[in-house]
Amino acid sequence: MRMRLLFSKDGPLTYVSHLDLVRVWERTLRRAEAPLAYSGGFNPRPRLQLAAALPVGHTGEAELLDIWLEKPVEVERFGRMLVPVLPLGLAVRQIYQVSLQAPALQTQVIAAEYRVTVGWGRAVEQIEDRIRCILAAKELPQMRRGRSYDLRPLIERLWLVEYDARSVVLGMQLAAREGATARPEAVVEALDLDAGGEVVIRYHRRRLILRGHVDGC
Amino acid sequence: MIVEQNCLDRILPTVQKPGRYVGGEYNSVVKEWDAVSVRVCLAYPDVYDLGMSNLGLAILYHTLNMLPDVLVERTYLPAVDMIAAMRASGIPLYSLESRHALSDFDIIGFSLPYELVYTNVLEMLDLGGVPLRSAERSASHPLVIAGGHATFNPEPMADFIDLFVIGDGEEVIVELVRAYQEVRREPRDVQLLALAGIPGIYVPRFYDPRYHTDGTIAAIERLSAKVPLPVRKRVVSTLPPPPTRLLVPNVDVAHNRATVEIQRGCTRGCRFCQAGMVVRPVRERPVEEVLDAIEEILRHTGFEEIGLLSLSSSDYSDIERLVEAIGERFGTSHLSISLPALRADSFSVALAEAVAKGRHTGFTFAPEAATERLRAVINKPIETDQMLRVAQEVFERGWRSIKLYFMIGLPGEQLSDVRAIADLTLAVYRIGRKVHGRHAQVNVSVNTFVPKPHTPFQWVGLEPAALIREKQAVLQHGMRGRGIKLDYSDNEATLLEAALSRGDRRLGSVIERAWKLGARFDAWDELRQISAWTRAFAETNLSPDFYAYRQRSVDEIFPWEVISTGVSRTFLLAEYQRSLHGETLSDCRELRCHHCGILVSYGALWSATWRCPQLVREVCKHENASLVL
Repeated sequence: MRMRLLFSKDGPLTYVSHLDLVRVWERTLRRAEAPLAYSGGFNPRPRLQLAAALPVGHTGEAELLDIWLEKPVEVERFGRMLVPVLPLGLAVRQIYQVSLQAPALQTQVIAAEYRVTVGWGRAVEQIEDRIRCILAAKELPQMRRGRSYDLRPLIERLWLVEYDARSVVLGMQLAAREGATARPEAVVEALDLDAGGEVVIRYHRRRLILRGHVDGC
Repeated sequence: MIVEQNCLDRILPTVQKPGRYVGGEYNSVVKEWDAVSVRVCLAYPDVYDLGMSNLGLAILYHTLNMLPDVLVERTYLPAVDMIAAMRASGIPLYSLESRHALSDFDIIGFSLPYELVYTNVLEMLDLGGVPLRSAERSASHPLVIAGGHATFNPEPMADFIDLFVIGDGEEVIVELVRAYQEVRREPRDVQLLALAGIPGIYVPRFYDPRYHTDGTIAAIERLSAKVPLPVRKRVVSTLPPPPTRLLVPNVDVAHNRATVEIQRGCTRGCRFCQAGMVVRPVRERPVEEVLDAIEEILRHTGFEEIGLLSLSSSDYSDIERLVEAIGERFGTSHLSISLPALRADSFSVALAEAVAKGRHTGFTFAPEAATERLRAVINKPIETDQMLRVAQEVFERGWRSIKLYFMIGLPGEQLSDVRAIADLTLAVYRIGRKVHGRHAQVNVSVNTFVPKPHTPFQWVGLEPAALIREKQAVLQHGMRGRGIKLDYSDNEATLLEAALSRGDRRLGSVIERAWKLGARFDAWDELRQISAWTRAFAETNLSPDFYAYRQRSVDEIFPWEVISTGVSRTFLLAEYQRSLHGETLSDCRELRCHHCGILVSYGALWSATWRCPQLVREVCKHENASLVL
């Protein structure tokens, strides 16, 4: 059977890479004594799929993981096995069964919503102006790994969520389809907020938007 | 001082692998700072990636965490980029658990596994806000202690470490913490004098080495009648149960697996091997205990691989039964087993096959020398024909790659012995070619022999660099072509390691000066700054050649003889002399006791897990003193 987990990743796991996170999940599930299904070959690995890589330094509150089990387990029992052995920085918010025939998670993600916290001591209107500029732009040419691309069509939504005297929180909904993915860093760069240098920026993925599921999952 | 998350969040995105600096590993223990009486920080003087797999630290972490009134945390040497970022932001070296600065702890315990980490210790103390020299610290500073293999010659680090814990640490670390609680309000000198009374503890400030004009030691004197001379290493009678709530790293590290120590010590008696001499007697962990530990580890950690640790896996008495039982009990758990340090015989190949379960990643042999003559000198006798037969077997069973370990610069080595390394490698490769064609691979690692304290070769000089270079050229010339990969040691690192290994207390000034000039990460070829060392030696009027290259006379007093390993000087000297005649000495498990001295010194601790010969034990038990056999 196939289980889907909605989980959050933060705390010490904020600074763990995508590949390392896969191993953290493997070991967590082995501690839970989940009846994992393994791949074949001489070096069998548990069959797991994460929906979308979360870069080192980003937190996430609605990440998705598919787990294949070799024998059925009740969803509730699965949760009871898992919760006591979760490492600091992982929390399971929801577990449900999905069809074995369901398409791979990675192919279903079309967009992601972020909250980006930026240290900001100046007038908030400046930020609002810049957001307007970005949204009004016809194109936003950017360079990534030596290739140029247009960031603008990848920004689906961009808004100011809240602010106080020291920081602002930006909301972003960015395309995350295969071959058409925007990074929140690129948007921050386009907003030109980082010019001051020592600005703390926190990246938080609020939800993943799947094909045909407007509200995430 | 606690390092705040906000401070770290500012620098962590700018450094490589930031997950190393935040802790939070599964099974790490965070006790309440104010709820305990003694706070210990275990410090590993190299990067997290290497320190996380150190079993000694895992054992001490577990042992100390069992004490309800003690907390123990960890710190590692940050990588170069993180050190720079921390210094730029004024962030001190902190513990991963509670993020307290190093200077906040009562006790800082360094692990010193080998000599090339000495400058890293200074870097960590400095980054942690702790004065470097023992003499500069008072009772208001942390007590800085050290243990590990390199401390069998503690002298080069004597200026910086308040006390050394020599030998097995499990029991003495608890005694140390308890004794510290008694004297914590006393001045540092009083504290240290009290702690020096615990067997296995060496407090350098109470000893005074006197030198001859030629720089050799005239005498080692005690400055207090209350301290022992020599300091005898600690030995645990039986191996305490292994830690099973092992830390599970969140980021990838070297040897990213669980470890169970199945045996401590080795009776083979290879004359170059320091571990084989200083970690006696051999103590085995019973099969059932190993199996139960594996089960516990799987449940508590989720590791998918377990390494069965020992100096010589093939010599564990019940190794066949153990491997079989692991297969029976954990065959369906998707668990892989690694069995290091196998000998070159059919028995070992069969063992490796049994744990490999079809995954033939690579097979490793360490003949160390390529001719039977030289293998007799180092007391690692094995016939070349047998080695080739075993290589054949390994390739035929499905391994495509064999790794061979050799040494050059061994005492009595001739150019023909070095050519034989190339010949043997080629012979092994040709066998592989026949079985696997172009897929066959032989990796050869040729290290330069560094004479170590407390071994039969402690008297010999490091081979001059010019000769070593010539030998390396011979190897390179003799092993060209596809399918063979050769690597050998860096000659600058070798000289440094040799000088520090058999150094005396005067090297403290060199180490400090080299560190001030920028030396650190000396074990890293790409980061080592040898010019800092060259200058440091020159400025302190000491020569690395004196420590490294000099052949010692048989009656020279060595700086490390302030420590006793239980293996007698008489035995080491006899072994050295036998080596000169190419005489081997059998494994004492197989025939009879060779009176290395362990039973005389530690016979009273004998337990059924020891692998010392029975006959001698009986004598020992009854007479409990000198042996006449």
